[in-house]
Amino acid sequence: MRNILITGGNGGLGLAIGRHFLEHDAGAHVWLGVRENRAAAEALAAAFPERVRLIPLDVTEPAAWEAAIAGMIEEGGRIDILVNNAGMHKDCLLASMPAETWHRVIASNLDSVFHGCRACVTPMMRQRFGRIINIASLSALMPPLGQTNYAAAKAGVVTFSQALAKEVARAGITVNAVLPGYIETEALASIDDEAKKQARATIPMRRFGKPEEVAAAVFFLASPQAAYITGASLKIDGGIF
Amino acid sequence: MNGEPLRQRIKEVMVEELMLDQSPEEIGTDTPIFGGDGLGLDSVDALQLVVALEKHFGLKIGNSDAAKGILACVETIAAEIEKPA
Repeated sequence: MRNILITGGNGGLGLAIGRHFLEHDAGAHVWLGVRENRAAAEALAAAFPERVRLIPLDVTEPAAWEAAIAGMIEEGGRIDILVNNAGMHKDCLLASMPAETWHRVIASNLDSVFHGCRACVTPMMRQRFGRIINIASLSALMPPLGQTNYAAAKAGVVTFSQALAKEVARAGITVNAVLPGYIETEALASIDDEAKKQARATIPMRRFGKPEEVAAAVFFLASPQAAYITGASLKIDGGIF
Repeated sequence: MNGEPLRQRIKEVMVEELMLDQSPEEIGTDTPIFGGDGLGLDSVDALQLVVALEKHFGLKIGNSDAAKGILACVETIAAEIEKPA
């Protein structure tokens, strides 16, 4: 039995990751961290009775993390896998970016990873086992204009993962970052057709990625076969570089 | 558990949990745990050791100042565990 916590559990990518674990590992129990929106997460829970829990979690709040992890360990006994998937972007040219926008994007993408890892790392050390997978972004390596906030946060997630990987390597915990490029989720759906066409033109594979293709990579990084992989940054982007 | 069996068990836990190259018998009860003159463990090992001592012996170490004294050598760890609650 493996207990997995996925933040951003009502979003397209979070749901795809949860579904992948449920479909490919009969022993997987999934906790989906959600906030106000939870309809899609509830639908996944209904499809896999007894194996999915919804857990209220504002990832920017340390107290919410402590409560979530305590609840999870009380019910499931342990936390094997943490997938820090929650995040948001609010693109804006720097010259006109309100400080509040900067702070919100840093808090939801980077502070959240700190709080989550901080809450999980001690129980994982006690278990002498843990898999942490942080969802960064291709923007960490190829920052587009308008994303000073998001790109900086995601680059932070990548280097955070590398540093933490060294700290917990001897405790049987691996920490890796996954960097999705253009993936068919709500973020992509929100841009207009012309922008989509331009985006597709930059991808050598000439198509957007599917959430399942990111989920499969997360599943692998959490598997026993990936035990020697830590501090890695895995790009999933159809060949952009 | 106390006395010599406790000290032996602490050494075994250290070797096991910190994946040390030494055998428990090679670790002296007074050998410094950190620094070049002793086992040469680092801050990452210290963190592991704190977690391991809590897990195996129920020893809770409150802060890093206290940790420095308690984690000096096997003898100081044992003395802390043997302290009446």
